[in-house]
Amino acid sequence: MPFEMLVAGCLAYVALMFGVAFAADRAAQRGHVRWLDHPAVYTLSLSVYCSAWTFYGAVGYASRSGLEFATIYIGPTIVFTGAWWGLRRLVRVARMHHVTSVADLISARFGKSNPLAAMLTLIAVIAATPYIALQLQSVSLSFEVFATQSPDGPEIGGGTALWVAAGLALFSILFGTRNLDADERHHGVVTAIALEAVVKLLAFLALGIFVVWGLADGPADIIGRISAAAGEPAREGWLLRPDRWTTLIIVSAAAVLTLPRMFQVMVVEAADEERLHVAGWAFPAYLFAMSLFVLPIAVVGAEVLPAGSNPDLYMLTLPQASGQNLLALLVFLGGFSAATSMVVVSAIALATMISNHWLTPLWLFLRRRPAGETPEDLRGFILNARRLAILSVVGAGWVYHQASGGTTALAAMGLVAFTGMAQVLPAMVGGLLWRGANRMGAYAGVGTGFVLWLAMIFLPSVGIGTSLAPAAGVDPLSFAIFLSLSLNILAFVAVSIFGFPDPVERLQGLSFVSTVQPIRHSRMARTEDRAEPLLVMARRVWGADAALRYFQAQAAAQGKSGYLPDLTPGFLTGLERRLAGSIGAATAHAMIDRVAGGMTLTVSDLMEVADEAQRAKEEAQRLETATTELERTARQLREANDKLTALSVQKDAFLGQISHELRTPMTSVRAFSEILKTSDLSDEERRRFAGIIHDEAGRLTRLLDDLLDLSVLESGNTQLTVSAANLHDLIERALSAASATRPERSFTIDRDLPSEHLGVITDPDRLLQVLINVIGNARKYCDAERPALTIRVLRREGNGPQIDISDNGAGIDTSRQSLIFEKFARLNEPARAGGAGLGLAICREIMAVLGGEISYLPGQGGAAFRITLPRKPPLGVARGGV
Amino acid sequence: MSDRPLFLERASFRRRRLGDAARVLPVLAALAVMLPVWWLPAAFSFGAGAIALFGFWAVLILAVWVLHRALIRAEAATMRAGGESPGDSDWTGHDAL
Repeated sequence: MPFEMLVAGCLAYVALMFGVAFAADRAAQRGHVRWLDHPAVYTLSLSVYCSAWTFYGAVGYASRSGLEFATIYIGPTIVFTGAWWGLRRLVRVARMHHVTSVADLISARFGKSNPLAAMLTLIAVIAATPYIALQLQSVSLSFEVFATQSPDGPEIGGGTALWVAAGLALFSILFGTRNLDADERHHGVVTAIALEAVVKLLAFLALGIFVVWGLADGPADIIGRISAAAGEPAREGWLLRPDRWTTLIIVSAAAVLTLPRMFQVMVVEAADEERLHVAGWAFPAYLFAMSLFVLPIAVVGAEVLPAGSNPDLYMLTLPQASGQNLLALLVFLGGFSAATSMVVVSAIALATMISNHWLTPLWLFLRRRPAGETPEDLRGFILNARRLAILSVVGAGWVYHQASGGTTALAAMGLVAFTGMAQVLPAMVGGLLWRGANRMGAYAGVGTGFVLWLAMIFLPSVGIGTSLAPAAGVDPLSFAIFLSLSLNILAFVAVSIFGFPDPVERLQGLSFVSTVQPIRHSRMARTEDRAEPLLVMARRVWGADAALRYFQAQAAAQGKSGYLPDLTPGFLTGLERRLAGSIGAATAHAMIDRVAGGMTLTVSDLMEVADEAQRAKEEAQRLETATTELERTARQLREANDKLTALSVQKDAFLGQISHELRTPMTSVRAFSEILKTSDLSDEERRRFAGIIHDEAGRLTRLLDDLLDLSVLESGNTQLTVSAANLHDLIERALSAASATRPERSFTIDRDLPSEHLGVITDPDRLLQVLINVIGNARKYCDAERPALTIRVLRREGNGPQIDISDNGAGIDTSRQSLIFEKFARLNEPARAGGAGLGLAICREIMAVLGGEISYLPGQGGAAFRITLPRKPPLGVARGGV
Repeated sequence: MSDRPLFLERASFRRRRLGDAARVLPVLAALAVMLPVWWLPAAFSFGAGAIALFGFWAVLILAVWVLHRALIRAEAATMRAGGESPGDSDWTGHDAL
C-alpha cells in the first residue's frame, strides 16, 4: 500500500475525529445531551483503558508469556463485576463532591489537603510520561512498518512522533479546555473516544476473524496450535506463574480505578451512576472481545512470519504479509485510535491535576493581594494553565520518547504505570470505606508505596539500578508489587490508627464513607458584606455571567431578591463544591476560607455540626411524621367537609319541612277564621269552627314547643332535674300516657315486672318523655295484625340500666335505620303519623343530655329500640340538679 | 431506627438479597480466576486453560448482565412499592432484614 495513501487515510481519520468532537460539543451546548449521555457512549469511552500498549502489545505479550496477557483484562473485569456496589458508590461520592481527578478525590477525602493532591499528581505524572511516550512510539513504529514496506518510503524517523504529539496536544487543548464548568465534562472528547473505541474493536475483531478462519482452520485448529506450544522450549514463558498471575490481576484491577485517564472517563465524565448498570457487563464484554483473538494472532503470527519478527507488531505485519492491505490499514487506524485516545484523555486528566494542584495554588500564593483590590481573571489563568499543562505532558512524553530511543525500554512501561498508580489504591479505597483513615495515614501509605515503586520498579525499568529478587525462583516484579502494596497498606493503616484527624477531615470522612452530603461550617460575622467578595471570587473563576446566575439562583432559593444570598452553611457548601468542580477541592476550600473569613474549624464546631446533622435527621423524620399527619388531617377535613355539605342540605330540607309543617295548620286556621267572619253562622257551627281553630293552634304550639325543645337540647343548655326514680313506675306512666295514641288498637304488652323495679338517678320527666315517644311510635307504626309490645329491662353491673322496647311489626328498612333519629325523618306518609317527625330526634338529644344513648336494634323481628342509661347523669349537665 | 420495621416487604427483601449477590460476585470471580492457576499452573497455561478462562469469562459477563437486569427491576419494584429509596440503603447498612 502506498505510504501516501496511509498518510491520507490517517489524516482523513483525524479530521473525522475533530469533526465528531466538534459536533458533539456543539450538540452539548445546545442541550442535546441525551444521546451523548447514552450508556453505550459511556461504556465505549471506558475503552480508553485499551491503549496502544494493549492493542499492539497484547499480542507481543501473549507471544512471550502466553495467557498471562489476559491478567490486564481480567482485573478490570472483576472490578466491573462489582460495579453495582463499588463503582456506583465511587461515582456517586465523586459527583457529590464535584471531584475533578483521582488526586482531587483523595485530597478532598483527607481534609481537602492540597499537598497530598500535589504528591499524587507527581506520582501520576511520573507514571504517565513514559506511558505516553509508549503511545507515541507505537504510532511511529506502525508508520515505519508501512514506510519500510514501500520502496519509495520517505524518511520519517522521529518526525512522526512529533507530528502526532503536536496533533494530539492540539486536539486536547481544543476540546479539553474549552470551558471551566463545575462539572468537568467534555462531550466532544468523550464522543470522539467512543467512536475510536468502535474502530479499535472492529479492527481487532476483523484481524482476529481473518487469522482464525483465513490463515488457520477455525477455532479447533487454533486450540490445537496453542496446546502444541506446551512442549516447545521457545514457549517456556507460557507456563503461568501463580505469583505473577495474582499480582498482575490485582495491579490491573487497581489501575482501572486509579489511572488518571480511567478516573477521568469513568468518574469525572459520568453524568450519574446509572451508566454503570450497563457498563458493569458491557465493559467486561468489550475487554473480552478485545482479548479473545490475542492468543490466536500470537500463535499464527509466530508460524507465518519469519523468525525474528517483532511480536509487538504482528498485528500489522500479519495482514501485510498476507497481502491484506485494507485490513492492515484498518488495524493501523485501530492502533492509532488506541494511542491517540489514551494520550488525549491522559493529557486532559493530568493537565487538570497539574493546573488544580500545582499551578493554581502556586499562582494564588504568589499573587496574594490585599482584600479590596480588583482581582485578576482567574478563569483565564486556569484555562491557560491547563493548556500549558497539556503541552507539557504531551511534550514530556515526546521528549522521553526521543531520549529513550530504544524500543525495548518502553515495552514494560504499561505495567510500570499500572503499578505506580496502584499505590494510590489503598488510600482511595480506605478513604471511601473506613472513617478512621486519615491524612497522615494517606501520606505514609502512598509515600511508602511511591518510594518502593520508584526504587524497585520505575528506576530499574529506565535502566537505573536493578530489580531485586529476594530468592531464586521468585519473580522480581511480583515481589516488588507485593512488597510495595503490602507496606503501603500497612503504613496507611498503622498511621491512621494512631493519628487524630482535624475536624474538616473528619467531616469529609463522614461524607465520603456514609455517602451523605457534606456540610461546611464556618463561624462568620457580618454576613452581608462577605457575600460580595465571594461573588467577586466566583466571577474570577466562572466568569461574570455564570457567577451572577449562580448567586441569583441561590438568593432566590433563600427567598431573597438580588444577587447576594445569605452566607448559610448550605450556600457555602454548595458554592465550595461548585468551585471545587473547577479548581479542585483544596483550592476551593482555601479560597472561600480566605474570602469569606471563615475561622478555623474547631472540635466544638464539629460537635455543633454533628448536632446540626442530627437535627437535620430528626427534622427529616419529623417531616415524615408530619406528612402522614397531614394526610390524616386532610382525610379528616374531607370527611368533615362531606358532613358539612350533607348538613347544609339537611338544614335546607329542615327549613322546607318546618315551613310545610307550619303552613298546614296555619292554612286551616286562616280558612276557618275567614268563615267565622261571615255573620250568618249558627252558634253550633261557630263553636265547631272555633274548636278546629283551637286544635290547629294547639298543633302549631306543640310543633313550636318541640322545635324549641330540640333547639334547647341541641344547644346543650338544658336544665336537668335529677332525682331518684323507680323505673317500673316510669314505664307504667309511659304506657298509660302512650295509650292515648291510637287508642282503638289494643296491644299485648309483654313485660318482665320483677326486673323493672330498679332505682335510677336521672331526670325522670325527660326519661319519661323518651319512653312515651318510643312506645307511642310503636303504637303508631306497628302494622302487625295482633300487635305486641315487649319491654325488657336489664341491670348492668357498674352502669345504669338498659331498656329494650320492641314491637312485632315490619320494623325499619336497613337503609333507613340511620335516618330515623334525624329531624322530620318520618318514615311513612305524614297523614298517618300526625306528628312533626321530631320525636326521635328529641329522644336522641335527651338521651345525650342524660349521658345515655338511644339506638335502633336491628334484627329483632320488628322495630326495636335500646335505651341505655348511665349510673348517674354527667355532672356538667346536671346543673339544675337536686 | 426504632420506628423502622424489623422485616422488609418482599420487594425490598428481594432487592437486598440481589445486592448481596452483587457483592459476592466479584469475590467469587476473583477466586475462580486465581485459584486454578495456583493449583495446577501447567494445566491452565495452554489450550485447555484458554478455553476454561474464556468460557468462564463469558459466563461471568452473562451473570453480571442477568444480575444487573434483576437489580434494576427490583429497584423499580421497590420504588413502586413506595419503599425506601434504593440508593441510600445500599451503603448505609442493613437495619432490617
